[in-house]
Amino acid sequence: MESGMAYEKDDLMINLKATELRLGLPGTEEETNEDHHQDQSSLSSSALKNRKRHSPEITREEKSDHDGEETAPPAKAQIVGWPPIRSYRKNSLQQMKKSEAAEISGMFVKVSMDGAPYLRKIDLRVYKNYPELLKALENMFKFTVGEYSEREGYKGSDYVPTYEDKDGDWMLVGDVPWDMFMSSCKRLRIMRESEARGLGWGV
Amino acid sequence: MLRMASSFPEEVLEHVFSFIQSDADRNSISMVCKSWYEIERWCRRRIFVGNCYAVSPRMVIRRFPDVRSIELKGKPHFADFNLVPEGWGGYVDPWISAMAMAYPWLEEIRLKRMVVTDESLELIAKSFKNFKALVLSSCEGFSTDGLAAIAANCRNLRELDLRESDVDDLSGHWLSHFPDTYTSLVSLDISCLGSEMSFTALERLVGRCPNLRSLRLNRTVPIEKLANLLRQAPQLVELGTGAYSAELRPEVFSNLAGALSGCKELKSLSGFWEAVPAYLPAVYSICPGLTSLNLSYAAIQSPHLIKLLSHCPKLQRLWVLDYIEDVGLEALAASCKDLRELRVFPSDPFVAEPNVSLTEQGLVSVSGGCPKLHSVLYFCRQMSNAALTTIARNRPNFTCFRLCIIEPRTPDYLTLGPLDAGFGAIVEHCKDLRRLSVSGLLTDRAFEYIGTYAKKLEMLSLAFAGDSDLGLHHVLSGCENLRKLEIRDCPFGDKALLANAAKLETMRSLWMSSCMVSYGACKLLGQKMPRLNVEVIDERGPPDTRPESCPVEKLYIYRSVAGPRFDMPGFVWTMDEDSSALRLS
Repeated sequence: MESGMAYEKDDLMINLKATELRLGLPGTEEETNEDHHQDQSSLSSSALKNRKRHSPEITREEKSDHDGEETAPPAKAQIVGWPPIRSYRKNSLQQMKKSEAAEISGMFVKVSMDGAPYLRKIDLRVYKNYPELLKALENMFKFTVGEYSEREGYKGSDYVPTYEDKDGDWMLVGDVPWDMFMSSCKRLRIMRESEARGLGWGV
Repeated sequence: MLRMASSFPEEVLEHVFSFIQSDADRNSISMVCKSWYEIERWCRRRIFVGNCYAVSPRMVIRRFPDVRSIELKGKPHFADFNLVPEGWGGYVDPWISAMAMAYPWLEEIRLKRMVVTDESLELIAKSFKNFKALVLSSCEGFSTDGLAAIAANCRNLRELDLRESDVDDLSGHWLSHFPDTYTSLVSLDISCLGSEMSFTALERLVGRCPNLRSLRLNRTVPIEKLANLLRQAPQLVELGTGAYSAELRPEVFSNLAGALSGCKELKSLSGFWEAVPAYLPAVYSICPGLTSLNLSYAAIQSPHLIKLLSHCPKLQRLWVLDYIEDVGLEALAASCKDLRELRVFPSDPFVAEPNVSLTEQGLVSVSGGCPKLHSVLYFCRQMSNAALTTIARNRPNFTCFRLCIIEPRTPDYLTLGPLDAGFGAIVEHCKDLRRLSVSGLLTDRAFEYIGTYAKKLEMLSLAFAGDSDLGLHHVLSGCENLRKLEIRDCPFGDKALLANAAKLETMRSLWMSSCMVSYGACKLLGQKMPRLNVEVIDERGPPDTRPESCPVEKLYIYRSVAGPRFDMPGFVWTMDEDSSALRLS
């Protein structure tokens, strides 16, 4: 890339020398050109310095990348005005994220465990699926949840995870798709297996 | 001597001229001879001033004594991206003051990127008895108090359009200032306002204006209220919804769907803030006639978009977020054969990793499947020369091609080389290209292609591209029709600029920021080119406190017959004919 360019660059240098407008006094052509070359390189570094000083948001990638070599971009701060999106639109995007987040922040539910002296609260949005949720509950309350099957519920454990849904009914955790569970779960109760058996769950 | 000019009575010439509306043609007419110049200037009714500092109000008024419609543009385009510091300029007040006295019959004022004050709005409301249209596009500096004055006084107002302006929104009460006797509204765009308005006032206004064709609401108008409004205005051609979300309630949905189906003339939909997929099907009944759809504020995923688009065979314009993904764009290419303009905006632009599956492939699909596509704005995270070449070959009819690869200097992801060849293909094949924005890794070679092939190019935007002054030289010396050039963060310095100084007088403007143009070169340019205003924008303080070789932060050069302006803030210096920098505040 660079070698092909060098010849053409010199060509242009020569052509530009012949133009009317240039810096420096007439009659000092040669020195002026050299000075200008030097100025160019010092310009580069001072331009960089100035950029560093006065556009603090410039990324590290920009500083090392000055002559167009590709480097893997590190974690970046934002560049002013880039990508070119109007403030109007940027604000809208932010509002969009906020309303997504607002839904997220409303996902704390109480968790009770039979026999435990006090309740806990967990944020359902932290978990992506049932296994993650159950694991977290197991850790929190120091129990094991047993194996889930659609036919028989949770087998082989002292406790059964249940939840109260929007309609006020007590349901077994795991029966409905995760998304539906998240939007309908109001509170969780880790029920003793003996009680659950009495209600017809478990084996 | 044969005096041809006097053989035609003026009235006849004037009548003939009245059929000629285009500015370029009017300008040509005025140069035929002195008497045509005189006749033409007295009957020119519409003026377009692309740069409000290129000419003074006094000069315009002196030449054209009876103007009815004026359009003015202020700040440079890069102001949209916060690159022009606050207070730079673009004030409309001097224009309004002058026109208030000179043009009592003024009917239309259209402003873009200008600073407007409430005082000006009040002056407009008082001064122009037949005022019909106020369009404030990306303007700022005024509040809803100013709007109240317009509403209260402009009896013949047809159009009030505030698109994307930054309004000091004190309250929604201004809308109630339209008197009950006011019925002439044709177009209302208040989508940029944040405050809630009295819904009854809005409904009554809509209800009593039978000619209302275009209504763009703001996001505070809830979806539940939309149906009522639509039933008052079934003749609407353009609708911008408010917030388009609610919990799905069957009666709200069917009410809305019913009201929409009554709007048989609807061609354009926009708004859709916070849109939820559940309510999208409410618009299905009008989709067959839809030509313009703006979903760029809606976080709707591709399956729902695909479904919606499959109902819109006549779609000509689509603005959408990148949630549409490659798969959605492929579906678009299949459903919407009449597509002319596509804009795909990024949903998460400040994250390096892609959050959606949108790549160059989407653009390739659309360019292949939509034969009338001529205008594109596309944000993506990867591109290849191969894709660009395919796109160029598919779609040589592009007139506007704006590609933004989100990470600066991103190379061709297949070859890891620069994207020179790809953009070269674009300019080579698309012979009618008038507007181009490039991005990704580009060397001077890309600019060589642009200078060689882009002969009809009028506007070019560059960022983080090029190796040397040769790149800029190619563009300035090659692009014969270039009018606007805006550059940021490119290694272009003094040489190319000075070598092509004369070119700058043939252009409207040049913007360069974070480049390598020295203060000395700016001074020289200002000295040698009296018909250019060379403005140095530098927030570090006066440029003469630094060495002459020191590059300026930002540079804005524009041709002007009005001379240097006098309303500059402290961080702008005009390089004038006196060899010292002239700054007047």
